[in-house]
Amino acid sequence: MQFESFNAFLNMGGYGFYVWLSFGVSAALLLALIFSSISGHKQVIKNIAMHQQRTDKLRQARRKNKKSNAHTPTDTNTDTEVAQ
Amino acid sequence: MWKWLHPYANPEISYHFAGKILPWLTALTIVFLSIGILWALAFAPADYQQGDSFRIFYLHVPAASLSMGIYLGMAIAAFTSMVWQFKLADASAAAMAPVGAVFTAIALITGAAWGKPMWGTWWIWDARLTSELILLFLYLGVIALHSAFEDKNLAGKAAGILTLVGVINLPIIKYSVEWWNTLHQGSTVSKLGKPSMSIEMLWPFLFCFIGFALLVATIICIRFRSEILARNSVRPWVKTLVSTQLALAQHKSMEK
Repeated sequence: MQFESFNAFLNMGGYGFYVWLSFGVSAALLLALIFSSISGHKQVIKNIAMHQQRTDKLRQARRKNKKSNAHTPTDTNTDTEVAQ
Repeated sequence: MWKWLHPYANPEISYHFAGKILPWLTALTIVFLSIGILWALAFAPADYQQGDSFRIFYLHVPAASLSMGIYLGMAIAAFTSMVWQFKLADASAAAMAPVGAVFTAIALITGAAWGKPMWGTWWIWDARLTSELILLFLYLGVIALHSAFEDKNLAGKAAGILTLVGVINLPIIKYSVEWWNTLHQGSTVSKLGKPSMSIEMLWPFLFCFIGFALLVATIICIRFRSEILARNSVRPWVKTLVSTQLALAQHKSMEK
């Protein structure tokens, strides 16, 4: 141990402000990067799931549409069907 | 070697491989970094000229050399993707850019906080500092290009070109302290044969350096997996993976 007391450790031989500024800012930046990377992974999974549900719904609606409109050959907008 | 490497060109295998090594990387990172940081802050001797401000060195030098190392890795990935149309290389380059940007920022900030007590100024437009600042802007440009296009292949190409053009900056950073008269001191660690550093300072430095390198690998691993998923979202294996993950999450929330 290079320091005799905890206060001496905090003081860093007079350079306390600069040393703790360096270590503090670095720790904050790295923690932010780590958490954003982890939450980014979860977000990607969530986004893909949401997109999947949307396309599944669209497909179902289109299928229903085809059945009910089998006798009328008019174009229908599947998007508004889903919205309803 | 190519036969051995070939399966890793498959995104699914790479995704699961990255997931398998992730806990090991995390554990090693925690071990090396906690030993290294504690040693650097409390047990390493103070420098006979710079006193305890020298402890910033244990952050500054690993961050600065890793900022260049990550750029080199990103450039190799960009080159691979461009020449061999290797899609996973784009995903890895996109995973590396934010990590490199953060390490460049750390190198600049710790450099400023070290420069103030030693040189009397936070910042000076000398060759080493300016070229490192340009490295930060290159990283930010690459990140921006990766997210500027809906089409990830197009984004990868644009970002790859910027990455390869920016490689010229690496030797400029590396040799700036030799080519020009700068305020920045020369290298103390990598003088082969006769490192001008005492052994009591070299050991904590090695722990810090390896610890930060492992941290870089860990974060890139996490981001690489997200990039793979985002780029393969229509593949069946991603669909099944996502639905099982969601079922797991729902099961967990039901238990609560």
